[in-house]
Amino acid sequence: MDERRFRKRSIFLIAYLLFALLPIYWMVNMSFRSNEEILSSFSLWPQHFTLASYKTIFTDPSWYDGYINSLIYVAINTVISIGVALPAAYAFSRYSFLGDKHVFFWLLTNRMTPPAVFLLPFFQLYTTLGLMDTHIAVALAHLLFNVPLAVWILEGFMSGIPREIDETAYIDGYGFPRFFLTVFLPLIKAGVGVAAFFCFMFSWVELLLARTLTSVNAKPIVATMTRTVSASGMDWATLAAAGTLTIVPGAIVIWFVRHYIAKGFAMGRV
Amino acid sequence: MKPINQRAWFLVLPVFLCVAFSAILPLMTVVNYSVQDIISPERRVFVGTEWFAAVLRDEELHGALLRQLGFSLAVLLVEIPLGICLALSMPAQGWRASAVLVVVALSLLIPWNVVGTIWQIYGRADIGLLGAALQALGVDYNYTGDATDAWVTVLVMDVWHWTPLVALLCFAGLRSIPDAYYQAARIDGASKFAVFRYIQLPKMRGVLMIAVLLRFMDSFMIYTEPFVLTGGGPGNATTFLSQYLTQKAVGQFDLGPAAAFSLIYFLIILLLCFILYNWMQSVGTQDKSEVAHG
Repeated sequence: MDERRFRKRSIFLIAYLLFALLPIYWMVNMSFRSNEEILSSFSLWPQHFTLASYKTIFTDPSWYDGYINSLIYVAINTVISIGVALPAAYAFSRYSFLGDKHVFFWLLTNRMTPPAVFLLPFFQLYTTLGLMDTHIAVALAHLLFNVPLAVWILEGFMSGIPREIDETAYIDGYGFPRFFLTVFLPLIKAGVGVAAFFCFMFSWVELLLARTLTSVNAKPIVATMTRTVSASGMDWATLAAAGTLTIVPGAIVIWFVRHYIAKGFAMGRV
Repeated sequence: MKPINQRAWFLVLPVFLCVAFSAILPLMTVVNYSVQDIISPERRVFVGTEWFAAVLRDEELHGALLRQLGFSLAVLLVEIPLGICLALSMPAQGWRASAVLVVVALSLLIPWNVVGTIWQIYGRADIGLLGAALQALGVDYNYTGDATDAWVTVLVMDVWHWTPLVALLCFAGLRSIPDAYYQAARIDGASKFAVFRYIQLPKMRGVLMIAVLLRFMDSFMIYTEPFVLTGGGPGNATTFLSQYLTQKAVGQFDLGPAAAFSLIYFLIILLLCFILYNWMQSVGTQDKSEVAHG
């Protein structure tokens, strides 16, 4: 009985993994072929294996700078998001204060604004501030959807930690900053890992705002990729290679936080 | 309960400032536009609620809204159960757990415009794996010509893209259940379904709530993927709200109506999320009293 149940589960899992991997395989497959080959014939693997697309990306600064720019603003954004979300999440999980529930829901509503709505106002705001085409501009704009998410996730983790721990620490004479950094933070490591992964991911893949707020110096890889669309047709192979490379940093991040996710979190309140 | 402490506001202040900077200022600009007719940067006329009335009467908008609601509903109905099943079938420990986690998360990390482009090729009958496979099975599949095919392709693409988010959250929720619960259930001889219904599902409530709300709002704002894959076509079969809005704002340079549209759009999402949020909270509490009584 258990044996058969186990097998049914594995079949489902393998079927899903196939469904998940096939489009990615197709992208990787395309990245090793030339444009003519992609468009002229159907083939399950590259007939004339070529690294030309990868060579283009790694030798052309306007391509690889895109990755560097993206990594810079994603890193700034993740650090700020987690930095401001930690104390706020602590406040929401530990205290009642005037308007707490409303502020919590208001934060979530910021995740509900379509980025398309904010394109023009953001453009004007950052032009006025002289922040256009800087990494910090994109990082700040992405706070709009990452900070609420980080507060939400961290609050769930913190509510799972019994309040007695705080009280004992205060009785032992810890001040708030010292207690927070040396006692509390290690307890919610997992939450910080998971929240950081989600912030990284949402900032990494966002296109509309990042493209609008940058032109040359901070141009992210997602915007650079739109260059492959031109009047002479699509440069499918280079786009596929660039796409394959965009997965790499995220895959590294998830590798580091995998234990935190596997450790689990249930979310207390919400 | 939680102690009352107004000074907690100081801890929330940084978040408040950050989000206010990137939300309230731009939102005010949008509100400002929505009540004016901007003829040129120097000449603008106050028009009151005229744009709002115009937008609400817009037949094309009603069409886009209905398509959007249908799409978001389909997304939730497919992705939430699929994500839960996937989380339940993922291995819990060892190298296989790590490997499956990374593979499952891969599709989340691909930029949205690449997702659309890859599926554009992937779905083509002559050179794409999916299109060719369906053709070989005798299905007359053509996502650029047939409205139903296009809609289904966008849905399948979204399922492929975002089910991992639901699965990762549920997986993390499941892992937090102490073994003692399962042991108790085994002693009671509880069926697999009972374990799911009375232990796993209630424990996943918090993460499921995040998953449902996130998937709802993000699918309601979907833009890049269908734009790249189908460009909204054929006809307007896959023109969802965001894309219709962008057509208006960018295509026709109609700032006033576009701003009014944006606000209405935002209010619709807000209202639906509010209903969903409260509904899910009440569902959870009912469960608890049920368990307590039973």
